[in-house]
Amino acid sequence: MMSRHSIAVLGALLLVGVLVPALNLLVPAGSALHLSDYVVGLVAKIMCYAICALAMDLIWGFTGILSLGHGVFFALGGYAMGMYLMRQIGHDGNYGSDLPDFMVFLDWKTLPWHWALSDSFWFQMAMVLVVPGLLAFVFGFFAFRSRIKGVYFSIITQALTYAAMLLFFRNETGFGGNNGFTDFKRILGHPITAPGTRMLLFVVTGAVLVGFYLLARWLVGAKFGRVLMAIRDAESRVMFTGYDPIAYKLAIWVISALMCGVAGALYVPQVGIINPSEMSPAAGIEIAIWCAVGGRGSLVGPIVGAFFVNGAKSWFTQMFPEFWLYFLGALFIAVTLFLPQGLVGLVKRRSRS
Amino acid sequence: MTPELMEQGARARREHEAHEAEAASGGRSAAFGRVVTAKEPDFGTGVALYLDDVTVSFDGFKALNALNLMIGVGELRAIIGPNGAGKTTMMDVITGKTRPDAGGVSFGQNIDLLRLRENEIAEVGIGRKFQKPTVFEALSVFENLELALKTDRGVRASLVHRLAGEQRDRIEQTLSTIHLSDSAARTAGLLSHGQKQWLEIGMLLMQDPRLLLLDEPVAGMTDEETERTAELLLTLEGKHSLVVVEHDMKFVDQITEGRRKVTVLHEGSVLAEGLLRDVQADERVVEVYLGR
Repeated sequence: MMSRHSIAVLGALLLVGVLVPALNLLVPAGSALHLSDYVVGLVAKIMCYAICALAMDLIWGFTGILSLGHGVFFALGGYAMGMYLMRQIGHDGNYGSDLPDFMVFLDWKTLPWHWALSDSFWFQMAMVLVVPGLLAFVFGFFAFRSRIKGVYFSIITQALTYAAMLLFFRNETGFGGNNGFTDFKRILGHPITAPGTRMLLFVVTGAVLVGFYLLARWLVGAKFGRVLMAIRDAESRVMFTGYDPIAYKLAIWVISALMCGVAGALYVPQVGIINPSEMSPAAGIEIAIWCAVGGRGSLVGPIVGAFFVNGAKSWFTQMFPEFWLYFLGALFIAVTLFLPQGLVGLVKRRSRS
Repeated sequence: MTPELMEQGARARREHEAHEAEAASGGRSAAFGRVVTAKEPDFGTGVALYLDDVTVSFDGFKALNALNLMIGVGELRAIIGPNGAGKTTMMDVITGKTRPDAGGVSFGQNIDLLRLRENEIAEVGIGRKFQKPTVFEALSVFENLELALKTDRGVRASLVHRLAGEQRDRIEQTLSTIHLSDSAARTAGLLSHGQKQWLEIGMLLMQDPRLLLLDEPVAGMTDEETERTAELLLTLEGKHSLVVVEHDMKFVDQITEGRRKVTVLHEGSVLAEGLLRDVQADERVVEVYLGR
């Protein structure tokens, strides 16, 4: 007998792994059941966001540490993937050169040192984890050791992502300046816009989202998760009980950053562009909003929140483009005032009464 | 090293471990006869806690002024004093929350508490109850006790942690000691104030500390709860050393039973020390409490 939970997980896997590909690729375009490429692309993008929201929930909802700088980890993962995709363009760029177009444009003759291994898929995939993980570890180590907490921590994370954005805006940094990377052609030799490739990326993204959900569930269900919640509710009691909160905070902080890095790496080939605006403070705040709207402290909540807010965003920006930001602000205020548990809390309250 | 010597060392260590419980009653033996491990307090001299000329100042105000205090192994000591006498600051210094400007604090005769961080101090065996009850509100009563259980505190261990049968028994036992057996599955945030105080004491018991520091443990408790708390603390005497900071004189009288020492703090140092009735008769103490 399977629990309701494992049925739901299996259902989600079937949905992204079988149903969506079938409806998109096998059902003819004229049919009512056909899923358009636009919808598939949108859902893929939102699934990447949902991974970020889930990562945010682990650090904010469960551990009580609000990061407004998670955009930087997402973007770093995205840039690591983007570097590989830039090299995959080969001679097909506008200038037909060995070097990526932006380097030709800047009149560079050779690849900078940090691009040396960028034509290796596996090396860049390692960088997707190593770069955000290392940054999170070093930043977290010093911040947590100095006992920076609450709003101060949030502000510093925002400063971190802002500083990274300014760094990536510079042409000299070697990441394409404010244009970032775009015009990707291939991934692992396959044309990146081909229906099969896109669908494969979609399925991988869905599987990663489900996998991260299960990982988060395992972390939270273990004693580890209870220590995190204890840190959130009474950190001094945790310390006087003999636990070192720094180790726990650092562990979940790095895990959260790694998840965002992977989300960024999945996002870039599907959306086709990465630029420093992903590191803007506003991007980091949006992640927190998805999480809050869906419901902090429940693992399904942030995923629901990411789909709800981004679904609303794509609808709003088509219908009333100039009102989107007002709506987002109003939504956030309403959730904070009336739904401290988010949408998931609303459903729970309904089913109880 | 010869096998004989190793055997001898192992024997000494076994003996030491066997006598650990005895050490509570003083357990004095010649210093060379005992094996001392780095993270174990050595209570050979019969002193559990020693504060030596501890001074703490905040912006020129001396919260503690050359405070000297000695707590014996297995002793239950009550500490009283008017507001601002430095009682809570003293606990902060012992548990590593505040670093003193001068002086020394040692646990047993070998552990310098000033070199350890809060969690390390808890690990060597000092438990602290806060004035305002602090429990993990989102977790159940059972889970609160489970976290306090004396086990590996590392991140990796926490990922694979499973409760053993005997550990479960210990938690059940503590639940009944603190009269919360029926509330084991309840969320700790929903407990009454007095029950939270009890839960926090229960968490301290799970840690199995050698020294317990209790900051106003009966604040906000009903008379009946206060009485039960006094009974509980008296059963702990001997096995653990206890330092109880309290305002409630009736409670102080209950736990000292007219034969245990009371220390009066005033302006960051010890004003008087002795039996409650003697201390209460002391003119200086009366003056401090009632004003001129």
